[in-house]
Amino acid sequence: MSDSLINCCWNRRELLQLLTTGVVAFSASQLSARAAEDRGPQRGKSLITLWLAGGPSQLETWDPHPGTRIGGPIKAIDTSIQGTQICEWYPQTAEILNSFCVIRSIVSKEGDHERGTYVVRTGYRPEPTVVHPSLGSIVYHELPQGSLEIPGHVSLGDGQFATRGGYLGEESTAFRVFDPGRNLTNLEAPVDHERHQRRLETLGQLSQGFLNGRRYPIASSLHQKTIDSALKMMTSEQLKAFSISDEPAAVLAAYGNHSFGRGCLVARRLIETGVRAVDVTLNGFDTHANNFGLSQGRAEILDPALATLVTDLKSRDLWDSTVVLVCGEFGRTPQINPLDGRDHWPHGFSILLGGGGLASGRVIGATDPEGVKSPENPVEIPQIMASILQVLGIDFQKEIFTPIGRPIRLTSGQPLAALFKA
Amino acid sequence: MSGKVSMNTSTIGTSTKRAERWQLAGALKLVLPLFLTTAGVISLFAFMAQMGLEADGQPPTNLPPDLQNWKISAAAVDQSWGTSKTLSQAERADDLTILRRLHLALVGTVPSLEEIRAFEAMESQDRIAQWTNHLLMDPRVGDYLAQRLGKVFVGIEEGQFIVFRRDRFNQWLSREILDNRPYDKIVQQMISEKGLWTGRPAGNFITAAVTGEEVDENKLAGRSARAFLGQRMDCAQCHDHFFAQWKQHDFEGLAAFFAPVRISAVGLEDQKDFQYQVDDSKAEDGKRKVDLRVPFGEEWLPAHGTERHKLAQWITHEENRRFDRAIVNRMWGLMFGKPLVEPVDDLPDPPVERQSDPLDVLADEFRTHGRSLHWLIQVIVQTQAFQQESRHPSAENGEKFDVASENWVMYPLTRLRPEQIIGNMLQAWSLQTIDQNSHVFVRLFRLFRERDFLKEYGDTGEEELALFTGTIPQALLRMNGEFSRQLSEATPLSAAGRLANLSNDREELVTGVFLACLTRRPTAEELQLIEAMCQTHPVSNATLAEDLYWTLFNSPEFSWNH
Repeated sequence: MSDSLINCCWNRRELLQLLTTGVVAFSASQLSARAAEDRGPQRGKSLITLWLAGGPSQLETWDPHPGTRIGGPIKAIDTSIQGTQICEWYPQTAEILNSFCVIRSIVSKEGDHERGTYVVRTGYRPEPTVVHPSLGSIVYHELPQGSLEIPGHVSLGDGQFATRGGYLGEESTAFRVFDPGRNLTNLEAPVDHERHQRRLETLGQLSQGFLNGRRYPIASSLHQKTIDSALKMMTSEQLKAFSISDEPAAVLAAYGNHSFGRGCLVARRLIETGVRAVDVTLNGFDTHANNFGLSQGRAEILDPALATLVTDLKSRDLWDSTVVLVCGEFGRTPQINPLDGRDHWPHGFSILLGGGGLASGRVIGATDPEGVKSPENPVEIPQIMASILQVLGIDFQKEIFTPIGRPIRLTSGQPLAALFKA
Repeated sequence: MSGKVSMNTSTIGTSTKRAERWQLAGALKLVLPLFLTTAGVISLFAFMAQMGLEADGQPPTNLPPDLQNWKISAAAVDQSWGTSKTLSQAERADDLTILRRLHLALVGTVPSLEEIRAFEAMESQDRIAQWTNHLLMDPRVGDYLAQRLGKVFVGIEEGQFIVFRRDRFNQWLSREILDNRPYDKIVQQMISEKGLWTGRPAGNFITAAVTGEEVDENKLAGRSARAFLGQRMDCAQCHDHFFAQWKQHDFEGLAAFFAPVRISAVGLEDQKDFQYQVDDSKAEDGKRKVDLRVPFGEEWLPAHGTERHKLAQWITHEENRRFDRAIVNRMWGLMFGKPLVEPVDDLPDPPVERQSDPLDVLADEFRTHGRSLHWLIQVIVQTQAFQQESRHPSAENGEKFDVASENWVMYPLTRLRPEQIIGNMLQAWSLQTIDQNSHVFVRLFRLFRERDFLKEYGDTGEEELALFTGTIPQALLRMNGEFSRQLSEATPLSAAGRLANLSNDREELVTGVFLACLTRRPTAEELQLIEAMCQTHPVSNATLAEDLYWTLFNSPEFSWNH
């Protein structure tokens, strides 16, 4: 057998057990059912990521340079952070911007959608021998799940690249809901209750023959435990968190009755129920042509949904326990191409980060108004990840002994002091 | 005037032609749907008429001429474990169990009821070898193995638009596998291919590594070492390897072989007299020259040829034992769901004493038999390890199970990959084999269903042989998903419906469902159990077939390779 570290330290059974700890965590009840009702600092923390897929233009979101060669035809508006302007298409966000830190100098080395997504999701560049877990997967894996009967890591919307659990195991991969706020798929038995029960009974009986002599390896894989957890979820009251049918029409209208708006509303409901990590995807930011028309269309969806989400979390006293991250895989070129578009640009783009006890109302870094020089005070994704993990109470320096036989830190960065309250 | 007349004539002529075109279009609009509907109905009836319970396929009759040679090589592998085994071998599994393993490994699905009938009609005691030979001529095998090996050779990233064509690469690889082209020739072509990657699809091995507009020589060096030599050298790109002997200059030297390749108007070509340089802050001008270098076996490098040609010859040199060990271990992994040595891309050095472990024995046999993948598969199938039971009488508890598993005294239990799960469900839905000869309706059904299922179920991606556990969303999808419902529904087209209608009695129906889903007959206890259930809750044949399909789809036996 191999003489690598993996084989001297772990056997197949132990690895399986390691990989399945998430399922155990899912089904174990470690905290009281009332934990979901806690508010303020004593409440367990969660993360919401609003993922702007395609690479949103920093100039047409949080870092406009109106009147310059690179600025395009848009104007900028004042915000609740004194002296800071954002794109005119975000009037509602402008009002609540002081809830966030605006980081305008994110740098990455990946300008391809798939690879750029990997970097921003995981904090690592793609490596051929290991898949790193996404931030949401780490949060799910590291934080206690309490009495949750529904998945603790949820992805809302039809994102192209799934947020994977990587070396933490597939159970840390997000539970995907492609059309949030509508009927949940796969949670209702395809036949009536009585027939379903008969089927389950037959399943239990017919499985015995196969399990004889194989009970140990099958049990190690938690096959039955997974089915039991799935059955528990099918009848859980907590499933209501996925539904928005009891929400007032005005609330839905404020978020926006489209996939992203409903996703943000469901995200708030899931967080309120105790889900640890939720991401909501808004597609359509890959504006190689007609950048301004397309970006304005995205803003009309993002602006009300984002502002309403922040207001809603605050009104429910969930803001201090919920980190909200608004980002995409990269930004877009300062130069406007002949098709009136902007191309991929990982060398200085913007994100919003707030909530969860982080500092707010600060602007970190700046890009060159001429689009030539490198950004001031550059910030890398691992620094953002370390900051988020720290504020969530997770040891960002923790090393996980991975299935490829070497330990890997949850993130390679250090927290950014400017993101924390003094 | 004449011009005007002429113009009028032309206008009239144009109007007439336009009117005729409209008439023709109108007629087509009427006739075409009628024609298509009629053709569709006729072909559907023809399709349904084919779907009987009897076998249509002709079983292979001739014994393969190389059978004895395979058995000799397989015996050498069996004996190579020597006295290291502290437990006795498990008993031989029955032929249908072995047939299921074979199909899962080579086709990615369970055998169809039609194939089971054809297999059972064979009388030879070597029918497993005969059937394997028969399968190795089946395009499904080429496609499936190309799909799995393709992930190793070109990764799973989407790659650069236009310059990378995964479909062409997989088609090429599928054909090479079916034609039983020697594996070293396949690899040599991938590494050194020139020209356009559409007409010369092996070149997609190179273009899969294009980043921006450049070929990434580092990506190719790392991938070549992992895929062809079973060595992880990637971390030596930035620093000397912490545990193994690989140094940074070894990695850079390997990358130098790929550095001259570029994409031009004629496709892939190698620049002549190219000097490879890398960034180095310690160098005077920030650049350092790197010469071609291999980490071992320098004497295997040919004197002539392009840099890529030299590397291809070095990697596939007959003295390069890592090359044979890597593919043998990987193919073993595809056949068992678990490789002989893990991880597949980080193998230990070949033992100093040759043939002192099973991997080395099989690798040596592979090389001396022309590096034929067909030969390798046939020999693996003939080994005791492949044909034995997946349970062992003295391996019920954890510790003993691990010992039995590590010593290969029983066939390993592994979870099926996502594409195997949906492949099984789709094949079990049809009584007939779903292949390139299937009705277009069936093939389209399979194509879309498989794609949608994998999107929801999740794919393990490049981690071909990694350990993985089932997840709750996967369990929900199998229990309640549209796929389970549709594929277990008793309709005139589905196996559940056909079995419910055509079976003479309940036992025949239950047997048919078990064979279609699990490739075995129900035991007497299982028949009794189902009979008792039907007595307590009488249901129609259709309902019983649906319930059994659903139950077996969700059983551990269905989703495990055993």
